[in-house]
Amino acid sequence: MIILPLPHILIFSLLLFAIGIYGALVRRNIIGILISIELMLNAANINLIAFSKYTSLAPETGQIFALFVIAIAATAAAVGLAIVLALYRVRKTVQADEVHLLKW
Amino acid sequence: MPILEIAAKYTTYAVMAVILVFALGVVTLRNLFHCALCLAAALIGTAVLYVVLQAEYLAAIQILLYVGAVVTLVIFAIMLTEHLAGKTVRQNNSQSLPAIAGLLGFVSLLTALILKTPWPVTPTALQAKVLVMGLGKALMGDYVFPFEVISIVLIAALIGTVVIAKKDQPEEKA
Amino acid sequence: MVTSDQILLVPLLPFLAFVVNILAGRWLKDRAAWLSIATSSAACGIALPVCWAVFQGAHFAHQGTWLMLGSTPLRFGYLMDPLSATLLFMVTVVGTLIQIYAAGYMHGDPRYSRFFAYVSLFMFAMLTLVISDNYLLFFMSWEIMGLCSYLLIGFYFEKLSAANASLKAFLTTRVGDVGFLLGFLTLFAALGTLNFSEMNTLLAGAHKTHFVLNTGLLATAALFIFCGTIGKSAQFPLHVWLPDAMEGPTPVSALIHAATMVAAGVFLVARSFTLFMAVPNILPVVTAIGTITAFMAAFIALTQNDIKRVLAYSTISQLGYMVTALGLSGLGAGTFHLITHAFFKALLFLGAGSVIHGTHVQDIREMGGLFKKMPHTAVTFIIASLALAGIPPLSGFWSKDEILLAAFGSGHFLVYGVLLLTAFMTAFYMFRLIFLTFFGAARNPGVHAHESPALMTVPLWCLATGSVLIGIPGSPFMHHWFQTFIAQMAHYPEYDPSAFVMACSIAVAVLGIALAGIMYLRQKHWAAAVAKTFPSFYRLSFNKFYFDEFYFAYVVKPFQSLGRALFRFDETVIDGTVNNAGRATLFVSAVKQWIDTYIVDGAVNFMGTAVYFFNSIVKRIQTGILQNYLLIVFVSVLAFLFFELKF
Repeated sequence: MIILPLPHILIFSLLLFAIGIYGALVRRNIIGILISIELMLNAANINLIAFSKYTSLAPETGQIFALFVIAIAATAAAVGLAIVLALYRVRKTVQADEVHLLKW
Repeated sequence: MPILEIAAKYTTYAVMAVILVFALGVVTLRNLFHCALCLAAALIGTAVLYVVLQAEYLAAIQILLYVGAVVTLVIFAIMLTEHLAGKTVRQNNSQSLPAIAGLLGFVSLLTALILKTPWPVTPTALQAKVLVMGLGKALMGDYVFPFEVISIVLIAALIGTVVIAKKDQPEEKA
Repeated sequence: MVTSDQILLVPLLPFLAFVVNILAGRWLKDRAAWLSIATSSAACGIALPVCWAVFQGAHFAHQGTWLMLGSTPLRFGYLMDPLSATLLFMVTVVGTLIQIYAAGYMHGDPRYSRFFAYVSLFMFAMLTLVISDNYLLFFMSWEIMGLCSYLLIGFYFEKLSAANASLKAFLTTRVGDVGFLLGFLTLFAALGTLNFSEMNTLLAGAHKTHFVLNTGLLATAALFIFCGTIGKSAQFPLHVWLPDAMEGPTPVSALIHAATMVAAGVFLVARSFTLFMAVPNILPVVTAIGTITAFMAAFIALTQNDIKRVLAYSTISQLGYMVTALGLSGLGAGTFHLITHAFFKALLFLGAGSVIHGTHVQDIREMGGLFKKMPHTAVTFIIASLALAGIPPLSGFWSKDEILLAAFGSGHFLVYGVLLLTAFMTAFYMFRLIFLTFFGAARNPGVHAHESPALMTVPLWCLATGSVLIGIPGSPFMHHWFQTFIAQMAHYPEYDPSAFVMACSIAVAVLGIALAGIMYLRQKHWAAAVAKTFPSFYRLSFNKFYFDEFYFAYVVKPFQSLGRALFRFDETVIDGTVNNAGRATLFVSAVKQWIDTYIVDGAVNFMGTAVYFFNSIVKRIQTGILQNYLLIVFVSVLAFLFFELKF
């Protein structure tokens, strides 16, 4: 049984989350943005597992929620990628800053 | 503390570091296909971390769903939308600097918060062992309603994906 | 046996013909005439049994309340007494014959159905007038007749002279009509009734019931009512319209301006006879007017050259006779002459129409020698002229003799003398007309005369028969049956037949005919010589006593000046006011427009501009780039965290 201090795990997941945010903010490719979002969801999952392991009296709860998050993430990926495909078919681009019709 | 435990502990830290490196690769590499591969690696690393945290079932799910399905999907999308080689297009937009600045503030803020917070770590919880049977019971018992909602969401997403992604029929006539 | 209400059909049938003809005349075309004739004949067929019953001594009357004036009811109804029965007989018979004639005369006219619509409307009005039992209904029919007269005189309204003549007729008779209206309103004020029978009862029984009569008011009423007669029957001084009315189609001249409508004026006096008898000093006025009219019109007729104008003046003259008769209290004589005159004067006009139809000229100087070419017309015309001239045993002799007898018997020898002179002139001018028209040589070789069709000559012969025979009921052969019949109406003095009067009247008639024969058949230069010898008389006659010129100078001109003055007043004062009001409105509008443009619109535009300005600043944030929004969200959340955790 490996016992890491909880804050270490939290800081790790924080860094992972920050990296995901960075990717979502700076990647031009929409697929890149989606990948970054997957990273962020992953970081959140780690947190859920860690809390469930360290603090909860009912350790199944965190895991179940992690399961739900994985399902939602898969859904989001599928729908998002479908939108990207549809967009690509119409505009012949997947760069987020080239799609700016909806502005002043 | 036995040497094995210490070794395992530092191995875990190493795994974490590797995950972070791959994550950085995800957000910085120019070739999007490489990014997807880095994402797969980072997710596998996370699965290892789950094993360390004694959530073996979740680790399996992580590998099956994320690495097996989501990453495959992403790679499909990448292959459908651009040529894999010879991409010289700028991959980052011009808001890197404000993003990094904001993230530094964010990370420092939350780090301070994490270190300051007295986490109620309970030894009994650390001893508890989560079995797949328990997960199944919880899923079919307390959490049956969210479970059903998720299934409906999945169906809706499936149909929606098909509808969005399919080609527009050129004026179908009966 | 007739039921009394059938009499209502008599006026209503022609009215039906009017409605159908005026609405559907376009599709009826020639059948319009047959519709009018059929309804008129039907009216005649209904009227004759009723008249016969009245001649036997029956008496019909019926009334219905029309409206209430306070507590006084105004009643409408019909009254069949000897007077109206006589008129009804005459109007239906003569009217029907004239319409049959008109069907031939008007043939080919573009407004054929319109003509018969008007004639049917006239028949409706005339028949209503005859059977009406009160002044109001009488007056309404009277006015409708005036309208029909106007429409029919101006029937060829493309001709300026016809349009002017219709206007003149309408305006001149209007003078009399206003008098009539005032007259019966005054009568209503004096007696409280407009009903003929009630009026007669009140006036006759006044001394028995101690009903105090306001004699002055009644005299005024009678005088005003007589104004109506002067206008409608073309008496001096309002006779000027009738000669001009000859611009209308000839059947109209025969029907309206000889036989029926102009006689309505005389009928009015006959109807009001009790009233005229009841007040003093009115009958002499009536006598004077009638005598002056009779003489003056006959004098003018001596020199006229238009065949219809001669007949028109003759009509005026004969109407003068009737009025004189009534003025001399000769109700029977006047009515008798009215009936006989209707027959022979209608015949004369129809004969003249036949001549015009056959020759297309109206000036007798262009005619001549037509006897051979138009035998039926000529013979009937001569019969009618003999009747008018007063040759026994034709109808005109008996009725005219009655009038002369009334004048002689009542001791008005001046009136008698004038009337005798008029009778002489009547015989002269009628036979001047006949000799110039039918005898001698054809003076205008361009005139190709032909006899009129049977549709026109048959009515001529019917009327000729009537002209011969209609005098018999009033002659000694029937013991003056007609006079006795009319005498049921009122009490008036009657005179024994006088051989002297008869002899004188025959003598002047024969003398007139003989003189005309000598002047226009034998010694043709005599006429011009007479004109040269008495130039002033000739000019007076030829220019119709200068009545038209007088009226033009003293009535029409002042009215025109007044009209012009009022027009100028209108133009300067009223139009000026209106224009200034308009200008003021324009100025106020301009001020309002300025306010609108610069203040109201300015405020609205300023709001818009301000919004646009601030918008142009704020809208910069909306770049449309997804990650800009994401960054903003992230930084905002971060800032929120910092503030919330109070770092």
